[in-house]
Amino acid sequence: MKGLKIVVLAKQVPDTRNVGKDAMKADGTVNRAALPAIFNPEDLNALEQALRIKDHNEGSTVHILTMGPGRAAEIIREAMFRGADGGYLLSDRAFAGSDTLATSYALSCALRNLSADLIICGRQAIDGDTAQVGPQVAEKLGLPQVTYAEEILACNEKQLTIRRRLERGIEVVTCPVPAVITVNGSAAPCRPRNARRVMKYKYAKATSEVQNADEDYISMINQRPYLKITEWSVNDITCEAKDLGLSGSPTKVKTIENVVFQAKEAKVLEASDEAIDAMMKELIINHTIG
Amino acid sequence: MANFYTDNEDIKFHLGHPLMKKIVDLKERNYTQAQQYESAPKDFEDALDNYDKVLEIVGEICGDVVAVNAESVDNEGPHVVDGHVNYAAGTQQNIDVINQAGLNGISLPREYNGLNFPIVPFIMAAELVARADAGLQNIWGLQDCAETINEFASAEQKAKYLPRVSAGETCAMDLTEPDAGSDLQAVQLKATYNEKDNTWYLNGVKRFITNGDGHISLVLARSEEGTNDGRGLSMFIYDRNSNAVTVRRIENKLGIKGSPTCELVFKNAPAELVGERKMGLIKYVMALMNAARLGIGAQSTGIAEAAYREGLKYAQERKQFGKAIIEFPAIYEMLSNMEAKLHGIRSVLYETARFVDVYKTYYHISKERALDKDERNEMKEYQKLADIYTPLQKLFASEYANEISYDALQIHGGSGFMKDYPIQRYVRDARITNIYEGTSQLQVVAAIRGVTTGQYLKHIREVYEKAQIAPEQEYLKNTLKEMADTLERVTAAVNAVGNPEYTDFHARRLVEIAGYTVIGHLLLQDAQRADRFLKSAEIFIKYGQAKVCAHASFIDNFNPDLLGMYKK
Repeated sequence: MKGLKIVVLAKQVPDTRNVGKDAMKADGTVNRAALPAIFNPEDLNALEQALRIKDHNEGSTVHILTMGPGRAAEIIREAMFRGADGGYLLSDRAFAGSDTLATSYALSCALRNLSADLIICGRQAIDGDTAQVGPQVAEKLGLPQVTYAEEILACNEKQLTIRRRLERGIEVVTCPVPAVITVNGSAAPCRPRNARRVMKYKYAKATSEVQNADEDYISMINQRPYLKITEWSVNDITCEAKDLGLSGSPTKVKTIENVVFQAKEAKVLEASDEAIDAMMKELIINHTIG
Repeated sequence: MANFYTDNEDIKFHLGHPLMKKIVDLKERNYTQAQQYESAPKDFEDALDNYDKVLEIVGEICGDVVAVNAESVDNEGPHVVDGHVNYAAGTQQNIDVINQAGLNGISLPREYNGLNFPIVPFIMAAELVARADAGLQNIWGLQDCAETINEFASAEQKAKYLPRVSAGETCAMDLTEPDAGSDLQAVQLKATYNEKDNTWYLNGVKRFITNGDGHISLVLARSEEGTNDGRGLSMFIYDRNSNAVTVRRIENKLGIKGSPTCELVFKNAPAELVGERKMGLIKYVMALMNAARLGIGAQSTGIAEAAYREGLKYAQERKQFGKAIIEFPAIYEMLSNMEAKLHGIRSVLYETARFVDVYKTYYHISKERALDKDERNEMKEYQKLADIYTPLQKLFASEYANEISYDALQIHGGSGFMKDYPIQRYVRDARITNIYEGTSQLQVVAAIRGVTTGQYLKHIREVYEKAQIAPEQEYLKNTLKEMADTLERVTAAVNAVGNPEYTDFHARRLVEIAGYTVIGHLLLQDAQRADRFLKSAEIFIKYGQAKVCAHASFIDNFNPDLLGMYKK
């Protein structure tokens, strides 16, 4: 059995879960300096599903593919600490300003270099919450997709069985390989970093991170090629320049509104169906829900 | 999203102690393994970075998984099913995550897939685990049984068992029996050698065995028929895969409820002799016990940390008479004393761990090559220190874990008595620490010779009193010198009576005087490296000075002829 070649799409995102008062700048944009950069949480769920397949299918490999600035190599290392074999950093000024369409285009071009059996990613990233990149990648590569996956129940080189978490229940589906799977946050949490792997991979770096490396580091990385994180620029993938970055991004931001939630006076309802009904109507009308 | 390592700078502070350089250089044999093993460090900084990163993993798991499960583990506890232990669901999850993180075989050599860490970071990890769930620390901490196997077992046994420990199999040390608790010379579990199949077989009962159903057990048994004392006992390895030991029951305990305390029945259980016959108690159990006592020190410190935090938090949040109760002198004094004690026991814990590290590492090096004269002397010197510091730190850490959690509950008032708050669990968990692996009374027995022969005093005078102290803190050193003078004076007075029973009668007081002085010095030294310990140094030295005065006054005013009055 040769195993499966699995690529996990992951994104480094600002940690929007613990937003303090400095999270937004005065102009209404995200103050990235005040928010730590983290591994997008649902991508960690995706990584765990990939690692489980690797555990049960000898010879399988798991690699991360991420698009971002040089420091996004941090999440590739993080994935290696948790069990991934390595990763690819797609990094170039040409990708700057990408919306989901341009992102999925660039990722799909990079994925053509990799000929993966399985592409697994988180359902959505916490900085945009669009849940579009995974499905768009599948469309661009002409692959079947299974979204909202909660657990990959069975997997071999030909077919997958997947449990999906849907709004009103669960669904078990099968799907041929290769395929794209997007994983829900309700899936199993990712395994922890492993002590031995941390010590083994802590010096892994992408090309742009080692530009000023000393001789000791260069000789180490030559002895231990697994410490090289592959970095691709726009020249390493086959793509149309016009479809990348800002020019490839039809999404235009009209305005940014700085919404500050604050507690005002509380509304006390009497415990009757009518009162609840009235409140629901009010909430629907002011678009709080629905 | 809690990390018990990064939220507590004090642990990392001790990782940065100046003696660590020597320890790590020795442990890594001057970094000669870096070529051979991918995870071996290339220099001291690289090694420290490894410890730091691994402790960060431990801290994260403790904060995010183990601490979250602690309450359910406390409620559910383990169960016996078909003669074997089923852990509480939370315990099993904790163990699974710890194994995924590869946090086993921490101090074992790399040839057995260990991390080859010194004892210091291992003890730090133990402290973190105990802060999250003291009972889990019993199970996880038993990996130090592997250290005993590594020290005394044959090459084949090491190759057979140690990689299994590194892979996450758990251990147990089977010593206690119904009639052999503190007095292990009375052990009766029978070991018989069968010449036909060249195998030892164990028969009998063990009681109060922590994690008794672990994969690999070290068993103390009577191999010499017709003997009745410690010289007839040998040490054996029992492998659970042999399936010849059943768990008859699990004790229903006051605390550390996640840790299965088992009664075991051995029925013709095949076992392997470790090392030499008859050396079981005399040599191997002593080594095992010393390691375990350090582990209990870590457990105590972890519980104390957890309890102190709960007490502090409650005192800040709870308002009475129009203000937070922490603003009342009765409460803030309590909290400052608790903090000083906590800093003190942590300091003596890692001081002891460093002593153990130096001498054990020399011991292992001596198996690879002959030590030169200086190295041999140094090994002996540190071994002596480790021997006297181990019971001292166990005594203080476990007693203070009790005092700190007791006071933290007191700060909670009536709420602390309710099961809604975790503080009651810390009080219950702490209660065993000054009982098992040798009661406090037995730690005093182990430590008193260090007092009467002047070993503590020698170290205090020759090392601590000569350490560089900032001029403005000299007055604290002077107080400590007075405490050492008192130690010297009352020890001489007790020794002069020439009655061993009289020495035993005052032993606890004498050992405590030594302890207050040692811990005071250690905190003062910590304050030289980080200002934040100055407050604890000052508070602890004041506290210790008063305690020393009380003890000295009792001894000074005691007429040795009146000893009989206390007899029952």
